Amino acid sequence: MIRLEHVTRIHNEGRPNAVVAVNDVSLEIPKERVTVLRGPSGSGKTTLLTLIGCLARPTQGRIWLDDELISALPERFMTEVRRRTFGFIFQRFNLIRGLSALENVMLPAYPTGESHAALKARAAALLERFGLKARMHEKSELLSGGEAQRVAIARALINDPAWIIADEPTASLDTALVDQFIEEMRALKKAGKSIIITSHDPRIWQADVVDRIVTMQDGHILSVEDVSARERAEEKEQNA
Amino acid sequence: MRRWLSRQAHLIDFTLGALLRRKGRNLMMLAVYTLIIFMLASVTFLGSALRFEAKAALNYAPEVTVQNLIMGRHALSPPDWVKKLSRIRGARNIHGRLWGYFYDQAVGANYTLMVPPPRARDLAVNLGEVIIGHAIADLRKVRQGGYLFLLSPSGKLFKLKVIRILPEDSALLSADLVLISETDYRAFFNLTPEDGYTDIALTVRNSNEIPTVVNKITRILPTARVITREDILRTYENVFSWREGIVLAMLATALVAFAIFAFDKASGLSAEERREIGILKAVGWETSDVIAMKLWEGGLISAFAFIFGAAAAYAHVFLFDASLLAPVLKGWAVLYPDFSLTPVVDRLQLITLAFITIIPFTIATLVPVWKAAITDPDIVMR
Repeated sequence: MIRLEHVTRIHNEGRPNAVVAVNDVSLEIPKERVTVLRGPSGSGKTTLLTLIGCLARPTQGRIWLDDELISALPERFMTEVRRRTFGFIFQRFNLIRGLSALENVMLPAYPTGESHAALKARAAALLERFGLKARMHEKSELLSGGEAQRVAIARALINDPAWIIADEPTASLDTALVDQFIEEMRALKKAGKSIIITSHDPRIWQADVVDRIVTMQDGHILSVEDVSARERAEEKEQNA
Repeated sequence: MRRWLSRQAHLIDFTLGALLRRKGRNLMMLAVYTLIIFMLASVTFLGSALRFEAKAALNYAPEVTVQNLIMGRHALSPPDWVKKLSRIRGARNIHGRLWGYFYDQAVGANYTLMVPPPRARDLAVNLGEVIIGHAIADLRKVRQGGYLFLLSPSGKLFKLKVIRILPEDSALLSADLVLISETDYRAFFNLTPEDGYTDIALTVRNSNEIPTVVNKITRILPTARVITREDILRTYENVFSWREGIVLAMLATALVAFAIFAFDKASGLSAEERREIGILKAVGWETSDVIAMKLWEGGLISAFAFIFGAAAAYAHVFLFDASLLAPVLKGWAVLYPDFSLTPVVDRLQLITLAFITIIPFTIATLVPVWKAAITDPDIVMR
């Protein structure tokens, strides 16, 4: 479980252009569930995601990963936690241009010092799993949107993280690719991964794979809805 | 250790890929950097090689030379000076030398005419014979066994048989040399034995005693100028250092331009590079990994530039006889000493050159990378 206690993040703190992106947020995110952070642009959901994923530190407050206080870790250990625990799928996927799909997937595992052959085999297996065996040596900029998305997911999984963090993963995808993404999330959830997604795409937060929806506005949490519980209750009602 | 090596291999692999991805910029940087190293190393190599040549050639020079001065100018030394100097204990092989310069109007070049020292049996010449430097042989298109015609200052034509051409490896001092017999020399310049010698050379039994012998000479011959081999070496050293300094001063402008160029190119991270660093950090690379990667990048460019530049300079100086720098560093006459230099590389100078080029460049790349690498990786999320 990830637990946030009174977390605040101020961008450009101490300057005239300071912005409170996340304001006194307390939240618990359960394991092996799909949690969606939703809200309009500027609501603070992406900033909250960066704090959870150890990409930035809170200005105030604490973040716990199980029993480990991760928000206060020194830079080096924070990076290790990030590499070991989280896999990231970025908006626009952020693949490195000029590198092949295979090299992009291998990238997060370079600092582990794993042998090149073993790493390459693992990355190739992941790409094969996502149907990209024939495209693994293609430069990332030559991949289609759907292919780039699957490479990004494979890259997020290369270090076998327990948590998958996805920031607006369907922002630029058509309906077919959104459905494909949802199916891939379903498979990951089934494999025991915990997933956090920021999205203001209704196709995502209306998907049945989602367990919890956290609604944000102006850096605050407006509501936390347990969708799976609601659906179970609705199912019971219908059966009754 | 194995993991560390594997990690470094991954970093180098990624770095090489990154260099190739931005090959236009990196190739331009490599080319300019190589050119600078080439110029600096050429001057350094040539200076070192010339010093070595001078030192090697002067091994055969007398330890002490005595010259007569009249009104502060070099004049012929009277023949009785040889007898006077013979009385100095420790002085050996005292002999009068005959040498002088001759301007050959036919080809517009200066020659050094000289009577070979009596102990140099391999350079002995008889009446009507001559040994010449290879540059003169080339210039006058004369071969061994052929004849060299010289018009003396008094207008008399001398026909001298070329019995030997001096090898190129000693050309620093022998390129313009014409060795003739004493009789021919005196006839050529209209000198009688009573006129004396150009100067007097001697050796000293114990080299530690040279300063003492010099003191004795100045006491016996107060008007004489005494020159030791060390003095000549020092003069050569100064001449080459001065020439080298002039060339380096000229190169200083290019160096400053390079420094500005290198700093600008190496320190300016493009938006694409910043994005890449953000992605790498976000996916789990440590700050030290990013810095190591950029160090490899700067190190590889500067090391390759250094190797290419130094190798090109080596070829330029030792295979192509420093054709670009010879007029500045080698030549002091119309007749350039056209000789192949012995490949001598001053390691200290080479290491210094490496330090003053590789380290500043690598540091120039490091500062902005450090700034970018310590930034929170959430830059990629924004």
